[in-house]
Amino acid sequence: MKFNGKQKLVIAVTGLNAIDSPGPGVAVIRAIRECPDFDVRIIGLSYEALEPGIYMHDIVDKTYQIPYPSAGIEPLLDRIRDIHERENIDLVIPNFDAELFNFIKIGPQLRNLGIHSFLPDLEQFEARHKMELYEFGKKHGMLVPADRLIYHSSDLAKAAEELQYPLVVKGKYYDATIAYTSEQAQKAFNQLKSKWGLPIIVQEFINGIEINIAALGDGEGNTISVVPMRKLYITDKGKAWAGITIDDSSYTNLARKFIKATKWRGGCELEVMQTKDGKPYIMEVNPRFPAWIYLTAAAGQNQPASLVKMAMGEKVEPFTTYSVGKIFIRYSWDLITDVSEFQIISGTGEL
Amino acid sequence: MRLKKNIATSEAGFIFNPGTGDSYSSNPIGSEILSHLKEDIDRKELIDLICSKYDVDRIQFEKDIDDFISQLTDNNLLDD
Repeated sequence: MKFNGKQKLVIAVTGLNAIDSPGPGVAVIRAIRECPDFDVRIIGLSYEALEPGIYMHDIVDKTYQIPYPSAGIEPLLDRIRDIHERENIDLVIPNFDAELFNFIKIGPQLRNLGIHSFLPDLEQFEARHKMELYEFGKKHGMLVPADRLIYHSSDLAKAAEELQYPLVVKGKYYDATIAYTSEQAQKAFNQLKSKWGLPIIVQEFINGIEINIAALGDGEGNTISVVPMRKLYITDKGKAWAGITIDDSSYTNLARKFIKATKWRGGCELEVMQTKDGKPYIMEVNPRFPAWIYLTAAAGQNQPASLVKMAMGEKVEPFTTYSVGKIFIRYSWDLITDVSEFQIISGTGEL
Repeated sequence: MRLKKNIATSEAGFIFNPGTGDSYSSNPIGSEILSHLKEDIDRKELIDLICSKYDVDRIQFEKDIDDFISQLTDNNLLDD
């Protein structure tokens, strides 16, 4: 399939929570809309009525609420089927870690309905999971900080003895805290346990420069795009509020190595810590586009648009260059809506 | 000594390291020194060049240039 700018694609996108710790959905849509090779109708898939993307009508054409990931795959499939009957969806792009398992699981059923996706398979998805990453790194010769999975707070002391303070205490899906003492580790354990459940990951602390790498794999081991970004401003949640594209082949090679080893299919983000002696440690691999993904489009490698093309069957040649020194600076904007819109999405589950 | 090839500088004194994303700014004389450092130049040549152009105390300038070069080295901006 080759796009000529005339096809209209209906693309469903999640992750519309463009808040201080934003979901990637709005940035993904922005990049897709900028691609001149196709026209799009964007269907937002939301979980909560206050996700800002729902009310950005120049970004999202229509939004439907979908069941929380904890509801399982059947309710999700039923809801997508229902939306598909009305919207005739061509492609779905999920953007949250916690929902990906379900979307990967229902991939074959979606395909039968005529809905494309471009996601890793379950094996690839699990290999990069926080809980498996250390073993993965060991197997493929990539540096990953040592970690321990903790199911009981009483195991913290043993982990601390082995890894030494400070430690990074991480939730199963999100959130991480640096703990300098056993009291701080205990507190973080309890907070993360109540928020994300068990196990908790306790990881060796690595000091250095934070680099994030957005990459796109074709599922056959080839890297279609890779753009490294240095965080210039970091929020108290550890999120990049500003960042700049940089040129260092050690990062692009690292991402290529990861994609080759996993045969990664789709977008991903490698969170890397570069130590003072120049060693790049993979801290985490997020199995979806990051919230700063629009920077890849601004730098000349539109990863979301390339994913759309590959998902729809077009062969995409790997990008070879990008603009170095492209900066993003995130900002807040008070979007004004009205209770009339809020009550529609709240009451009917669509807007 | 020489500025690394990939380091970008501007006439306004802005220095950008594309490998790390770090950026710095220098004053006009720093900017002029950087322009000389784009070609391989030794310390004495550099001091002679600046001292012949400006009315500057040579001993003071030698101290200043050593300090400046040390900052460039610390920030990994010069070729090894």
